Amino acid sequence: MSLYSNHAGNPKVKKIRNSVIFIVLLLFALATIFPIYFMVISALGDPVEAGAVSYSIFPSKVSFASFKFFFDYSEYSYRWLVNSLIVASTVTVSNVIFASMAGYAFSKLRFKGRGVLFGILLMSMMIPYQVTQVPLYILVVNVFDLQDTYSALIMPGLVTVYNIFLAKQFMSSIPNEIMESAKIEGCSQFTIYARIILPLSKTVLAVMAILTFMDSWNTFFWPLLVTNTMEMQTIQVGLKNFRFANTTYIAPMMAGATISALPMFILFFSLQRYFLEGVTVGAVKG
Amino acid sequence: MALMAKSIKRKGIKGEGTWGYIFIAVSLVVFAMFTAYPVVSAFIISLQKYKPLGSTYVGLDNYASTLKDALFWKAMKNTLVYTVLTVPVNLILSMAIAVLILPLRKKTQSFFKGIYYLPVVASGVALSVVWLWIFDPLEGGILNQLIHFFGFQNQNWLGSSKTAMFSLVFMSWMSSHGTSIIIYLAGLLGIDDTYYEAAEMDGANFLQKLWYIVVPSLKPATLFLLVTGVIGSFQVFQNAYLMTGGGPNNSTTMVGLLIFNSAFTYFEFGKAAAQSLILAVIIAGVSVIQFKYAGKDVEY
Repeated sequence: MSLYSNHAGNPKVKKIRNSVIFIVLLLFALATIFPIYFMVISALGDPVEAGAVSYSIFPSKVSFASFKFFFDYSEYSYRWLVNSLIVASTVTVSNVIFASMAGYAFSKLRFKGRGVLFGILLMSMMIPYQVTQVPLYILVVNVFDLQDTYSALIMPGLVTVYNIFLAKQFMSSIPNEIMESAKIEGCSQFTIYARIILPLSKTVLAVMAILTFMDSWNTFFWPLLVTNTMEMQTIQVGLKNFRFANTTYIAPMMAGATISALPMFILFFSLQRYFLEGVTVGAVKG
Repeated sequence: MALMAKSIKRKGIKGEGTWGYIFIAVSLVVFAMFTAYPVVSAFIISLQKYKPLGSTYVGLDNYASTLKDALFWKAMKNTLVYTVLTVPVNLILSMAIAVLILPLRKKTQSFFKGIYYLPVVASGVALSVVWLWIFDPLEGGILNQLIHFFGFQNQNWLGSSKTAMFSLVFMSWMSSHGTSIIIYLAGLLGIDDTYYEAAEMDGANFLQKLWYIVVPSLKPATLFLLVTGVIGSFQVFQNAYLMTGGGPNNSTTMVGLLIFNSAFTYFEFGKAAAQSLILAVIIAGVSVIQFKYAGKDVEY
């Protein structure tokens, strides 16, 4: 008894039905990941010019020459990756720490103005980023004079409201009794947070870390604004230079695109559960 | 004993307040500096002709000139067309895929969830590079090869004002379902079997169950995806910027790109701020309308 009939009397019909569904889903899935497949396959081809590229869907031979071309193209190719790694890691760590602290306070501690403050935070999530982009740029570049620094790349993302919200939602479900008994045992608030709440929130913190890292790694807009030397660009911005400078060399371009996406693919395949969990934590329970 | 418990509790509350502020301190400072201050500042800048050294107050001039600007309305129209063409289609597609995934075994389910989510993980810049090549205007471009196969002429996909918008829409159709499929699937798994049982007693077939049970049960998820989808679509910037740069002939200039250009191409910060606040009001208005008409019986 469910949406689909079980075909209890006739397992063959069920098998055929599921096979048909499987094939339909597979065809659409292939169309969905085709660009990614194509990117990787082309990157493994020879770095010839566009006109000479044969658009074969299967590689005739595998070569890493295009990747080499990409790294040789600019002396900053490696630097872009290192920059992305530094920024994304810092932002991730600081979000996990500060969002979990704030989430704990908003879900478990009583203090004056808690409701109002949290309400303001929630409301701010609805403001389009276009509203803050100009003042933020003026503040960071003109007032603080931080153009081309890691600080400029990192600071606005130190802790996001979304992550605070995520932490608060999760921690609200931790029973108060656990904290009460810890309090009677004489634990300080910090001990309760560090020794009890954090270990119990491991899942949501992992989800938060992964999604934050992904966002930060993939972000294009802010690094584009606050960097103007090749040296300080992140991989996403670096890729853009490369594209416009070298439109005819498709395979190296695809190699660059693959390199920029590869860390996320590796993370995704090893931590798929957390990625997919992250989607529903925010949406379904929200 | 009771007295002791009471005094401990009171002491707990007293410390709690201070700890509460300590725990939110950093978040609050970051929020004040990088969100609250910029919002207030955006409003002030929008009333000025902004110059790094001494701006002049111009009142509502920036708003007036924006509302009189034909390009602003064209960008608004483009954004609306893009939204109407992408958001509903993507919702229907992902609901259909989620329904199809449902009867399969757990392992097969996660296999498909993984594949469909993969493009979400890839960087937008990388994907746009690939799509630029798929849309290659020469005969060798993959999409052109494909339509050749069906007997159609070569198209200059991104370079012609007839097809540029469609190309961006097509790209969205093909690549942005991962998140909504997973949300829908979670909703589908949460539907109680007793509903189906009752429907079967009444002799409902698969389509009737789909229409009378699944679609209404998924309404909260649909509303969530609709509102976030529309908000996201109104802010679209990256694809237009990377794929077409707004061209040809501004046929793909979205509001997000227009604001970016006002600010960082022409350095008219005041005008950009005014445009962004108009956009914020429009987004808020559209969201309210959606909640009002689609969300009558949805509780949040």
